[in-house]
Amino acid sequence: MSKIELTRFPLIKNVLKSRYPQLAVFIVMLAGYIFAILAGLIGTPVGSHNFSIVFVWIAWWAVLILVAVPFFGRGWCAVCPIPLPGEWLQHGAVLSPPDKKTKWLNLRWPKFLRNIWLQNISFLLLALFSSVLLTTPNITGIVLAAMLFAAIGLSTVFERRAFCRYLCPVGGFIGLYSQTAPIELRIKDKQVCVTCDGKPCYNGSQAGYGCPWDVFPGGLTKNTYCGLCMECIRTCPHENIAINLRPFSADLAKPSARIDEAFKAFIMLGSAMIYAGVLLGPWGAFKDAAYNVGTNAWFIYAIIFLAIIFVILPGLFALSILRTKSAISLKQRFASFASALIPLGLMFWVAFSLSFVLTNATYIFASLSDPLGLGWNLFDTADVAWQPMLTSILAPAQTLALVGGLIWSARTAQKAANEVKVTSISVIIYCFIVTLIMLWLLI
Amino acid sequence: MKRSELLSRILITVAVLGAVGTPLYFWARTPLIHAKVAEGGGWSPDVIQAKVANPLHLSLTSDDVVHGFAVGQMDMQSVDVLPGKVTDITLTFDKPGIYTFYCTRWCGLNHWRMRGTIEVTDASDSSEPAEPALSGAEGVPLYVTLGLDIDAPHDAPSIPSDQRSAISGQQLITDLPISQLNNSDFYQTHSPYQTFEELGNTSLTESQRWDVVAYTWQSNTTPESLANGQRLYAQNCAACHGENGAGNGVFADDLAAAGESSMQTMAGANDMLMQVPVDFTNPTRMLGASPVLLQGKILRGGMGTGMPMWGSIFTEEQIWDLIAYLYSFQFNYHQGESQ
Repeated sequence: MSKIELTRFPLIKNVLKSRYPQLAVFIVMLAGYIFAILAGLIGTPVGSHNFSIVFVWIAWWAVLILVAVPFFGRGWCAVCPIPLPGEWLQHGAVLSPPDKKTKWLNLRWPKFLRNIWLQNISFLLLALFSSVLLTTPNITGIVLAAMLFAAIGLSTVFERRAFCRYLCPVGGFIGLYSQTAPIELRIKDKQVCVTCDGKPCYNGSQAGYGCPWDVFPGGLTKNTYCGLCMECIRTCPHENIAINLRPFSADLAKPSARIDEAFKAFIMLGSAMIYAGVLLGPWGAFKDAAYNVGTNAWFIYAIIFLAIIFVILPGLFALSILRTKSAISLKQRFASFASALIPLGLMFWVAFSLSFVLTNATYIFASLSDPLGLGWNLFDTADVAWQPMLTSILAPAQTLALVGGLIWSARTAQKAANEVKVTSISVIIYCFIVTLIMLWLLI
Repeated sequence: MKRSELLSRILITVAVLGAVGTPLYFWARTPLIHAKVAEGGGWSPDVIQAKVANPLHLSLTSDDVVHGFAVGQMDMQSVDVLPGKVTDITLTFDKPGIYTFYCTRWCGLNHWRMRGTIEVTDASDSSEPAEPALSGAEGVPLYVTLGLDIDAPHDAPSIPSDQRSAISGQQLITDLPISQLNNSDFYQTHSPYQTFEELGNTSLTESQRWDVVAYTWQSNTTPESLANGQRLYAQNCAACHGENGAGNGVFADDLAAAGESSMQTMAGANDMLMQVPVDFTNPTRMLGASPVLLQGKILRGGMGTGMPMWGSIFTEEQIWDLIAYLYSFQFNYHQGESQ
């Protein structure tokens, strides 16, 4: 299936090229984000009736993992309000062309940190505290505020969107899974970029800012680090940037072999499985351990959590490909084959999220009318009773997602196997076994 | 600066200030009374000011589990206080005084500690509200007037072999030359065992004497009082003392565990025993207790134990109804034959 260039349609191109539509969405999102922080800090401590919990961890998460990431890749990053205040500070303007003489430090991000290990760590930090974070409004408010202030602070020290690119706990996995999305930003003609004078897409111009994600669009081969901010569409003097509709998981046909990304795949896969067991499973002791942060039980939970992610899952994976004969190093095979876990992990998260999103979606109506728990009834929905939705299709939908993810992974493994010229059977068996475990945990 | 740039900055600033200011403004204008389990802080605020005859509007919310709200010694239906929801209630007080509001749902081990006060002053008078008497408006409690030591042991030296029948007792009493049994003062100040002893100079057998005692206790109450006592018991006492009075309510084990842990620092096994809710089905204990003794325990509470003080919550009539119901664990008021 060939690509379809969406930016060849004038309406789409003009909407993306203009700053105003995106800015309008940014402003609404920023107001919502700050409202969520305030709701978390001053609203009812009852999570199921607080805007910060209901709209962040149920509504936003549902949109993110069920729609935005699978279909739009980094589409969320295109409208995420977190970088807005920091960029205003960094650029000294919201819309105007960049001031070459920035008042801030404008340092390059340290070379040894130019990877996603910090994002792996930031995600794990939230993951280990997730039982508390996902249910306690003031913790959610504090974390949201911390992310906003971290982004602002980093904007004054480092150039571009350092927080988004290297620290955001959400951005890391969105980037990983955006490789599966049927949307991409790519250049149209490589030769145009090679001969382009000044590379304004990366360095900025009067038309716009240099790539906030520190990416040279001319070299883009995968979605992972392109934040779809659309700046290069505005700055490219040759109209050489396109947004394309493409087949799903096109980036995984030639997987990258980065070990930080490979471990991201294990972190996401393992987290989905652990959450399915701990948050949705029938084992009360696990739930208690995960919730009682700081206790001995929690430390044991944290050790098991990290062991599954960093030792058991990758260890068994490495063992499974150890005996495949290849001239390529085990490390490179490990990283290449880990790309097979990307579609599988995404579908694990889809299956897991379907469960708690459909179970808790009715809280959205009540919270919409009374977001702070102050007794309001803005839209006459404050008294909508909690009721799980679409319970009859939940198990079939989850099964479909997991089986579909397994088939998708097997195909990806096959492609990776062709790249490193070894058999994919052991990886497919690995995927089959973890899918069976996930099916057991969820259904 | 371009107008578009200026406008954008203004819009962002307005959005940020609006998103911060709007919730803060409405939050500050909506004073809520927060309910949390006692371990989490109980009621907040726990002291509320009000004026006589001026309607007091309260907005209640729970920050954790389902609680209930009621004001003691006041004719009102308790309301549920739900997590994350707001319950509005309006109260009007006829008399100045310090009223106790309390949780009416078994929200946790220390549920009974969830109490607060409403200080009601005269609308025309800004002086401090008068302290309520221990038994409400009824004056000094009877156990104080009598100088009764309500903490002294009061076990009955002997008890019937089975539960005795009031109906059987009614048939026997017509032949007895004793008139004081129907006297409420006698009933209130004598334990069933003391009454049993009073009947010692009659020709009745021991079992028959206990039947007469059963009838005496029944004749000093009414079916309505017993029903009211049962309702109060189920709502307020059964959490610890058990639905059937056996001292095995849902919190009994937790209370015992709390007592055990208190032994680490307190004075020995007695402390632990004191934490165990009283078993109202135990005849030795109950048949040795006079109504006024039980009234004292309910009014004052068990100091150093988990037994709350109910004097500020129940009216005197409610306490007598409750006491009448407690004795129903000992006597059979319904059948002619002993069980």
